[in-house]
Amino acid sequence: MSIEAFYIILTGALVAASSALLGSFLVLRRMAMLGDAISHAVLPGIVIAFLISGHRESLSLLIGAAASGLLATFLIELLHRKARLQEDASIGISFTWLFAIGVLLISAYTGQVDLDQECVLYGEIAYVPLDQISFGGLWTGPRPVLISATLFVLTLAYIIISFKGLKLLSFNEDHAKSLGIRTQVWHFSFMAMVSLVTVLAFEIVGAILIVALLVVPAATAFLWTRSLVPMLILAVVLGIAASAGGYYLALGLNGSIAGAMVSVAGIFLAITVLLKVLVQKKA
Amino acid sequence: MQQASSWILDSSLILVAAGTFLLAVSAAVVGSFTFLQKRSLVGDAVAHSILPGVAAAFLFSGIKDPWWLMLGALISGWLSLSLMDFLSRKTKLSQDTAIATVLSVFFGIGILLLTYIQHLESGHQSGLDQFLFGQAAAMKSRELWIYGGLALVLILCTLIFFKEFKLLSFNPDFAQTLGLPVRGLRILMNSLMVLAIALGIQAVGVVLMAALLITPSAAARNFTDRLKAMIVIAALIAGFSALLGSAISFSAKGMPTGPWIVMCLSILALLSLFLAPKKGMLARMLLQKRHQQKINDENLLKAFYHYGERHANLAQWIQLKDLEEVRDFAEEDQSKVLKRLIHKGHLLRKGEAFQFSRAGLDEARRVVRLHRLWEMYLSQRLRLKSDHIHPNAETMEHIISPEIEAQLLEELDYPDKDPHQSPIPYRS
Repeated sequence: MSIEAFYIILTGALVAASSALLGSFLVLRRMAMLGDAISHAVLPGIVIAFLISGHRESLSLLIGAAASGLLATFLIELLHRKARLQEDASIGISFTWLFAIGVLLISAYTGQVDLDQECVLYGEIAYVPLDQISFGGLWTGPRPVLISATLFVLTLAYIIISFKGLKLLSFNEDHAKSLGIRTQVWHFSFMAMVSLVTVLAFEIVGAILIVALLVVPAATAFLWTRSLVPMLILAVVLGIAASAGGYYLALGLNGSIAGAMVSVAGIFLAITVLLKVLVQKKA
Repeated sequence: MQQASSWILDSSLILVAAGTFLLAVSAAVVGSFTFLQKRSLVGDAVAHSILPGVAAAFLFSGIKDPWWLMLGALISGWLSLSLMDFLSRKTKLSQDTAIATVLSVFFGIGILLLTYIQHLESGHQSGLDQFLFGQAAAMKSRELWIYGGLALVLILCTLIFFKEFKLLSFNPDFAQTLGLPVRGLRILMNSLMVLAIALGIQAVGVVLMAALLITPSAAARNFTDRLKAMIVIAALIAGFSALLGSAISFSAKGMPTGPWIVMCLSILALLSLFLAPKKGMLARMLLQKRHQQKINDENLLKAFYHYGERHANLAQWIQLKDLEEVRDFAEEDQSKVLKRLIHKGHLLRKGEAFQFSRAGLDEARRVVRLHRLWEMYLSQRLRLKSDHIHPNAETMEHIISPEIEAQLLEELDYPDKDPHQSPIPYRS
């Protein structure tokens, strides 16, 4: 394996693992489509952050994305609770509107923003080895590797710290409320983490494919396991395997690596469902 | 002036406007049914799932022919719809997880195929790329005739089967007992949905397609309770947004049509959700505020009445601080309520003291009467203990209509006293 291939697979694996951890809770809480909505809705925030700061530096990007992610959550709640629109329609209106604003901003400032629609949709993990960074001679390597490693450590820490709260929230929200647990705190911190992963994965796998990494390995793991910890571990393993498998599939077909990663994750799910349905029939 | 007229008559603008108009209207019509069945996000997933079919059709046929691409789109849209259904029925995955997995996996495969084609022979796939964002501005007249024609067929089909679709959406079991071919109708309805999505993508692209399906119905919902009217309003809103979006993107250079259409749609929908008469957020908030004011007014009048009753003089001048003797409801700012009561002519004011007007006394009597009548009803008819009935009556006294009051009076035979032995006041 060349060092370039190693870096690409490593970055993909770290993003996929972080996504799988958070995605498992999305699947358990039946909020898979909210993840989809947020990943689209962060676009205008990212573009505005580009316009203001003038570069792709991660911190301003994060602030912009977090702001529009929060705006999306707020808008969905407002339309659903106050304007009494059904929930699926609230989600649909909010994210398409914000995404349209993002695309229009890109179109209006084309040339000034180093960002095009294709990059927004697919991301470009193939450029990972080119973006080098050096730390005083101690470590020299691609910046995305560093970012995705930091992201993974952050996500893992968040999951470990909030494990009890998230577990209660996922399995029995009413019970959690009756125990006096502040479910809103856990809900919003969780949505903030989902926004964070979405933003950082944005350049690497794109706005739409991040949803696949959030949901597909988690859904596959959910079908195999009966309790939370094994599900989390299996989801992470599947995410990493999809990253490696996707790299080689993309190499063979000469196509998008992110697209191939998602395709491999989809194959894992398809095999799982086939096996499960066959077993069900026999029983 | 001349410039303006040539702009309006620009033939390509007319072409694009007519095309997007038909596509948006057909999506809005089909979207109304999916909206009411709460399947809006299923539509979003189908839109994403169309991509691999289009790419595969191109790989298979080797040409960018609208008929082939449409066929590929329909097949993979259909496949995704069945897969979502299969996953949520046969596995323990919830419906939204099934939607999200099918959406993202199909789209991932689509992107993989698209990039594969891109690297296979450069240049040829440019039309496929536009599938993601819509190609309204690039629509050629041949494509317009095909897509526009299909959109018309779709709208006609919906009109012909309107009654059946309505029944299927609201009461499928009843449709079955009527002997309707439910299975066949559902296949037809799903096919029309996939077709509408495949067409709408030409106007706004994959990602924004959900807006074309959901947003017009959401905007129309607040104006009517009838399906027929809702569909007509949704279609009007969608058609208007399509025309406006096309015009904006033509007048501003380099602006994409699809996002502008969605922008117009979203703004119209938000306006209707907030401002619609009766059901809009603002109207409901005003109604709620008026109701709260009525409750506050009635509670204060009641307090004055109770004080007067206790001192056996309903015509005396009473100060606000005197009411502490009888007032058992939570402290709140009473100055606004007082001002309103004086304005309504229910109270008269002299310095710091207040007195009932004739109308005010009648009104206070009415509220107290309703409270005591309801307590009487609860204790006599529902056999509730007399120490349990007060809180319920506190709420009911503000809601009971004159018709119900008349019924209560008849039912209880005009009682003199309530369960606590307080007299029930009738008109003087």
